[in-house]
Amino acid sequence: MSAPPVDAVHSPSLDGRSSERPVDRVGRPPGSDPGGVRLQAARAAAARVADPEIPVLSIDDLGILHDIAIDENGRVLVTILPTYSGCPATGVIALGVVTELAKDGFPDARVRLGNTPAWSTGRMSEAAREKLRACGISPPGRASGKRALFAPSPGVDCPRCGSGDTERISEFGSTACKAHWRCRACREPFDHFKCV
Amino acid sequence: MTPALPPASSDPRAAWLMRLGDATLILGCRMTEWLSRAPTLEEDIALANLGLDLIGQTRALYARACEIEGGTRDETALAFRRAEPDYRNPLIVEQPNGNFADTMVRHLLFAAWATPLYERLVASSDMETAGVATRSAREMAYHLRHAGEWTIRLGDGTAESHAKAQDALYDLWPYVPELFEADDLDREAAASGFGVDPSTLRADFDAAVDAVLARATLKKPAELRGQRGGRSGRHSEHLGHILAELQFLQRAYPDARW
Ligand SMILES: [Zn+2]
Repeated sequence: MSAPPVDAVHSPSLDGRSSERPVDRVGRPPGSDPGGVRLQAARAAAARVADPEIPVLSIDDLGILHDIAIDENGRVLVTILPTYSGCPATGVIALGVVTELAKDGFPDARVRLGNTPAWSTGRMSEAAREKLRACGISPPGRASGKRALFAPSPGVDCPRCGSGDTERISEFGSTACKAHWRCRACREPFDHFKCV
Repeated sequence: MTPALPPASSDPRAAWLMRLGDATLILGCRMTEWLSRAPTLEEDIALANLGLDLIGQTRALYARACEIEGGTRDETALAFRRAEPDYRNPLIVEQPNGNFADTMVRHLLFAAWATPLYERLVASSDMETAGVATRSAREMAYHLRHAGEWTIRLGDGTAESHAKAQDALYDLWPYVPELFEADDLDREAAASGFGVDPSTLRADFDAAVDAVLARATLKKPAELRGQRGGRSGRHSEHLGHILAELQFLQRAYPDARW
């Protein structure tokens, strides 16, 4: 992509505010959407969007896609949860959601960046972990949360050969969500999705 | 007598969030100055990530402050359209990067303050603020570990790296007391359950810093009265230069877009 979609990030549709109250939502009696068919279609469209930094995962796999609602004018409001505060992919994901929804007949969708609940790696599906491993990225550990300041790193298995004989090279890797590791058994370097 | 400065925001909750966002923005700007200049490729990426986290936190803090204010300004206006006295960051974050030890010690001191701050802010009465704090606390724990590990390597390294890390501590310690001085805004924010009183963070800060300094064989400097003023809008000469770089484009070409 030649130019970053800064325009989209700063457009009113992505302003992070939720002043308009959505009326239709999964689990709520639908008004103009019998059976919630349109809502399901909108969700399916948004769920097609891949994470630009880990294209094997959709935003649904990652647990970034949080909520979809349709207001009384038929306008879709999608709430996504940013992974890391400064994740540069957030703007691209928002643009992708708007684009995919437009393709499926939902023009003018709005995307809101939600802060609650805070995203964590616990929101990733089991299938997502397998997809990560299959593409050479070691998935995050399951025990999200605090460890002592200088406690040894939790065990990370090599996504290529499965060996547990691995070492951390840098806590900060190719993207905000990944650390840089290497395997002492097969000698291959690999990315590890940080557990947060 | 120092002249009274205009309030950062008419809403105390917004002013409190903006002050925290000012700290993360200015330190984030400082970290970006390292891009392509770090000692190794891995460290260049690490410093870029630290800066990215801080600027991302800034955006979330500013955005929430603007919502609370009523939406007359947005986070872009706060970052690009305010002058030095409007910024309320503590002086430590605007201090120059210096050498690598200066930057790592500054980051250790900041992260040892910001980590317990965010951890307490998770209990904010404002759900949105609590959500931002939850994400930021996890990020800041990585910052604390990274800066701590480097401080240990430098302090417990060669004679030269030890001397540079110790000098950095002596140079930066005068900026420590300001981090923990609560003013009326802090007390009001804490009393209402919205924010955190920074004076309650000192024990956690000392525990984290003491543990690192002991392993780094570095001496903790004596606490002097110190330098202060940034949190009430009175800054060192460095902030203007940071803002000049940060704000040039938006001021020369207002509302410029890609
Ligand atoms: Zn291996």
